[in-house]
Amino acid sequence: MDAFTRVTGIVAPLDRADVDTDQIIPKQFLKRIERSGYGPFLFYDWRRQGNFILDRAEYRGAQVLVTGANFGCGSSREHAAWSLLDAGFRVVIAPSFGDIFKSNSFRSGLLPLELPEPEIRELIRLATEEPGMEVTVDLVAQRVAAGGFEATFTVDPFNRECLLNGWDEVAITLRQDADIARYEATRPGWLPSSR
Amino acid sequence: MGRTMAAKIWEDHVVAAQEGDPDLLYVDLHLVHEVTSPQAFESLRLTNRRVRRPDLTVATMDHDVPTRGGRAAADEVAERQMSALEENCRREGIALFGMGSSRQGIVHVIGPELGLSQPGLLIVCGDSHTSTHGAFGALAFGIGTSEVEHVLATQCLRQRRPKVMAVTVEGALPLGVTAKDVALGIIGRIGVEGGRGHVIEYRGSTIRGLSMEGRMTVCNMTIEGGARAGMIAPDETTFTYLKGREHAPRAAQWEEAVSRWSALPTDADAQFDREVSIDATQLEPYVTWGTNPGQSVPVTSRVPAPVTETDERALRYMALEPGTAIASIPIDRVFIGSCTNARLEDLRIAASVVRGHTVHPKVRAMVVPGSASVKRQAEAEGLDAVFRDAGFEWRDAGCSMCLGMNPDILGPGERCASTSNRNFEGRQGSGGRTHLVSPPMAAAAAIVGHLVDVREFSGN
Repeated sequence: MDAFTRVTGIVAPLDRADVDTDQIIPKQFLKRIERSGYGPFLFYDWRRQGNFILDRAEYRGAQVLVTGANFGCGSSREHAAWSLLDAGFRVVIAPSFGDIFKSNSFRSGLLPLELPEPEIRELIRLATEEPGMEVTVDLVAQRVAAGGFEATFTVDPFNRECLLNGWDEVAITLRQDADIARYEATRPGWLPSSR
Repeated sequence: MGRTMAAKIWEDHVVAAQEGDPDLLYVDLHLVHEVTSPQAFESLRLTNRRVRRPDLTVATMDHDVPTRGGRAAADEVAERQMSALEENCRREGIALFGMGSSRQGIVHVIGPELGLSQPGLLIVCGDSHTSTHGAFGALAFGIGTSEVEHVLATQCLRQRRPKVMAVTVEGALPLGVTAKDVALGIIGRIGVEGGRGHVIEYRGSTIRGLSMEGRMTVCNMTIEGGARAGMIAPDETTFTYLKGREHAPRAAQWEEAVSRWSALPTDADAQFDREVSIDATQLEPYVTWGTNPGQSVPVTSRVPAPVTETDERALRYMALEPGTAIASIPIDRVFIGSCTNARLEDLRIAASVVRGHTVHPKVRAMVVPGSASVKRQAEAEGLDAVFRDAGFEWRDAGCSMCLGMNPDILGPGERCASTSNRNFEGRQGSGGRTHLVSPPMAAAAAIVGHLVDVREFSGN
C-alpha cells in the first residue's frame, strides 16, 4: 500500500447520498482477478447516461471526491476502493461511510474522511461554484484546507499510522505469531473444521 | 454488570489487545468464494506467504456460476475466476465445493447446511451478507479482499469493537407476513444507515418464533440497515437444526457444545448502546418502491411522494408516479432465489402459492435454489414439478439474478419482483428495476402479472 501523508488536488463534488458500491463499480467488472484496471469503469452506468459531473473537463484529474452520507454502502467489494484509486482519487470526503467500504479504503490506501454535514455542504458548494478548485488534505496535521475553507478531522489512530507509513497490516500481525499460537492452543477440539 | 452476546463472543476471540489499538481477533471459520478472493491469494503468492489454517477455510463457487447448462455455459472471465479459485484451493489445501459438487451452493446457504455455522463462532467471508450466519448466535460479518488476505495469512482480523443495538420484535406475525417482511420492516424503521457502526441483536417473541430459515433471512438483511453483523440468541430451535449435520459436534462433544452455547445469550442486566422496538402485529407484506432497501411500503399502499432528492432520483429510475397503487404495478420478471430467500422453506411457501396456477403470459419467472442440496430436497418433495408445471424456470444453485454476475440479468427497463436483498440501480442488470418482496409475494406476482397482496391472491 502507498503511504499517504498529504494530498493537494482538484476536489470534485458528487452531491448524492447513499451511493452504494454497485454504483461505484457495477458487478460486470468484478470478474477480473487483478487489483488494478478498474478506473475506466468507475460509476460506469452514471457516466454512460451522459452529463455526469465527474466527466466535466474542470474536474479532470481530481484527487479528492466530496459526497453525501453513507457513501459506499452495500456490497463488500473492495473493487469500489480500487476503482476510485485507479481513477486517481486518494481521498473521499463524506458525512459518513458504509462500514465495510471504510475499512476497505483504509487498507487500500484511499483515505475515507468524515466531516460534519454543514462542512460537506460548504465544500460541495465551493467545488461546484469554483470548478477545478484545489484542496489540501493533510493526514499529518489532520486538516483540510481550500481557499477560505478550513476544517480539522479525526481518523482512527491505528488506521492513520498504517496510512502514514504505508504499512502492510499482514506483516504487523505475522509478528504476533506467538500470541496467535497461544490462542489456538486453547480452542476446543470440537469446533468445526473442514477436515 | 451482565454482558451482551456480542460482547461474550468478542471477548472469547481476543488474541491480543492493547489500549488504544483495535483488538486482534481469531476467526473460527473463513468462507471463500470466487469473486473476492483471487487478489488475496495473489498477494499471498507475491509475499511468499501461505494460508495459516486451510482446515478452517471453506470455499465454494456461487457468484458467477451459470445456473443452466453447467460449467460449459460460463463466460470466459467467469471461467477464469473459477479456475483461479480451484488452483488457489488446490495449492493451499482448502476444501472447495465447486460446480458439480453435491455440496455447492451460495456460501451463506451451505455454511449452515453443512453444520459449519455454529453458535459462538466468529465467521467471516468476503461478502456483505455474511451477517446471515448470525442467525446461529455467531458473530459473522462481511470483509473486503485485503481482510480476506489478512485472514488467510494469519487466521485473525484486527477490529475495533462495534456498538450493540437491540432490535426487539414482539407479537404474532399477521397472516401473509414473513421473515422477509420483518427484515424490510426493520430497515424501513431504522433506515439504510441506521445500523452503521453497530452489531444488531434481534430479540423478542417474534424472532424466537421464527424457524432457522426465517432467522437467517432476518440476519441476512442486516447489512441493508447499515450494520455489519446481526445475531440471534441460540436456543432449542438452533440446536435442533444443527444436530446431526455433517460438521456439527457429536456424542459427548455435542453435550459440551450445547452447554457452552447455552451460556451465550445476553445476560438479563446487560446494557445495549441503542434499543429499537417493533410491534410485529403491525407489520405487513412490504414492497420496495425505490432504489435502496429502506424505501419500502406495505403492498396495500401507494407509491409515496418524494421527500428528498434521493427519493426523486429513485422514482425517476424506477419510472413510478407518486400515488400509484403498489398492487397495480405490472412486472416483467420474477426471481425467487438468493442468500436471503432460497432455502427449502422459502421454496415450499412459494410453491404453495403457485400450485395449480400458471405464470402470467407476460412474465418470465425463475426459481434458483440456494444450494445443490436445497435443489435435491425440493425435487424429492416435487416442488420442482409445481414450479415447472406453472411455467417457472427451475435452475441450478447460485447467486444468479440477485446480482447478475452470470447470464441471469434484467434487460434495461424490465421490472422484477425479487426475493433478493438489494434494489440498487442496475443491481439485477443495467437499467433493470427491482421490487424486493417475500417469496409468497413474488410467487403471487408471477401468476397475476403485477405486484399483488398475497393475502388477497386467488390466482387466475
